[in-house]
Amino acid sequence: MTAETPILAPAPAGIRLDRLAAAWGQRAVSALPLIVLVLAWEELARSHILSAFLLPAPSVVLDRVWEDAVSGDLALNLGMTLYRAMAGFAIAAVAGVALGIVMARNAAVRWFFDPIVSVAFPMPKIAFLPIFMLWLGLYDVSKISMVVFNAIFPVITATIAAAEGVDQYFLWSARSLGASERQLLREIVLPAALPQVLTGLQVALPISLIVEIVTEMLMGGTGLGGAMIGASRFADSPGVFAGIVEIAIAGLALVKGIAVIRRHLLVWHQEAEDPTTV
Amino acid sequence: MTATLTRYFPLLLLAAAWEGLTRAGLVPASALPPLDKVASAWYGLAAGGDLWTNGVSSMTRGAAGLALAIVFGSLIGVLMAWYRPIHVVVNPIVQFFYPMPKSALIPVMVLWLGFGDASKIVLIFVGAMLPVTLSAFNGARGTDQVLIWSARSMGASRFRVLWEVVVPSALPELLSGIRTALALSFVLLVASELIVARSGFGYMIGWLGDGGAYDAMFAVVLTVAFLGFVADRLYLMLMAHILAWRE
Repeated sequence: MTAETPILAPAPAGIRLDRLAAAWGQRAVSALPLIVLVLAWEELARSHILSAFLLPAPSVVLDRVWEDAVSGDLALNLGMTLYRAMAGFAIAAVAGVALGIVMARNAAVRWFFDPIVSVAFPMPKIAFLPIFMLWLGLYDVSKISMVVFNAIFPVITATIAAAEGVDQYFLWSARSLGASERQLLREIVLPAALPQVLTGLQVALPISLIVEIVTEMLMGGTGLGGAMIGASRFADSPGVFAGIVEIAIAGLALVKGIAVIRRHLLVWHQEAEDPTTV
Repeated sequence: MTATLTRYFPLLLLAAAWEGLTRAGLVPASALPPLDKVASAWYGLAAGGDLWTNGVSSMTRGAAGLALAIVFGSLIGVLMAWYRPIHVVVNPIVQFFYPMPKSALIPVMVLWLGFGDASKIVLIFVGAMLPVTLSAFNGARGTDQVLIWSARSMGASRFRVLWEVVVPSALPELLSGIRTALALSFVLLVASELIVARSGFGYMIGWLGDGGAYDAMFAVVLTVAFLGFVADRLYLMLMAHILAWRE
């Protein structure tokens, strides 16, 4: 029976339960070390080797997360942090891609911005935070601007590299078929550049969240970073650890989210998988 | 020389615009101190020794944290690729913590280790270790299996294969991971010093800004930014030198 199975057997209809079980099994195995880690933390905290101040038990921390969620603080702080981080990320993405494409296509623009980008890219731009505070105050405008300033450079450099790497034959073919410059940009350059541009965005997204949180820690106010630094000032260690858990989950969700978007946008491309080197 | 000058000429233009705008009074000096004031403030801080002592304390913290991160990160990464059990145990932990913004650990480090050097060194160590680990793992995992088999068949011990085949072939990827870690350690250093510290560049920036000495604050900000840039360029040169054996 099996010997007669044609090579191109039609895919079996329905869901393969055995494969689903294998996938879930693998997930369970990879969750195991994390579960052990949390249990060890709980035990260590309960054994009072370390004081509850230095290491609150995970149950206490999760209680606090739950309390924050019920009281609405979590939604407010998470909302404010994500709103500012995402607003900055969106501005950096749009402006960075636009500037990157113009730089790749226009020599004068390239000449002017290239040294600025190459000097600013490796700089610890977080050091400019007090200057942004001085210029733009302590509220959303300065926080969002700081996020844009930090997140835009990886987008620009990835876009330039991507737009320059577009296969010349595609451009020549499209031109010889009579495509206008606009069509060239929309139909060839942007799709061909997309994989590398997305890699740049995948670098920029966690940077946006990190910078937003540091900015909040320094300026205070609402947001996960502000709440954490407030808890730390009042020596409220469950609050500090709850902040870490909330921020870690937010970061994980963002990174996984953009990876899913990448896979959807790039189903046609072999680089649909996440970049390995970030 | 002329090529470098032409290349970086736009930066000179920006500096000239800065000086011109502030001199002409178009931008208030309280928002943007003239460049020559910034330069003389820098000279003042450097001559007074403040810049040097704080700089040494920042750079020591950064170097200590980064060195620990490189040693432990590359060790764990290579072992993850080499021994399956270590991979099974460590990989989920690395994957979970990798996307986490490490700056979230700043308040905890303060709770645990106080305001001094230890909290910054451990923060940089923890934050910079994950990119090093992942790049060492990816590099070592990508080792050409044929090379490993050849070395084994010629009688090399497992340890020798690890040292002479796996580590060199992981090196390009590992070195670019360390570059990420270098940039990250500057960010973590400055961020943690801005938020809580009693010495260092970040502390100086905060303290000068609070005191309204904006020309000096700009001088320190530009110094840190410049050091970060120079560190990256020097590292790139070192990387090219180490990888000179590659085609």
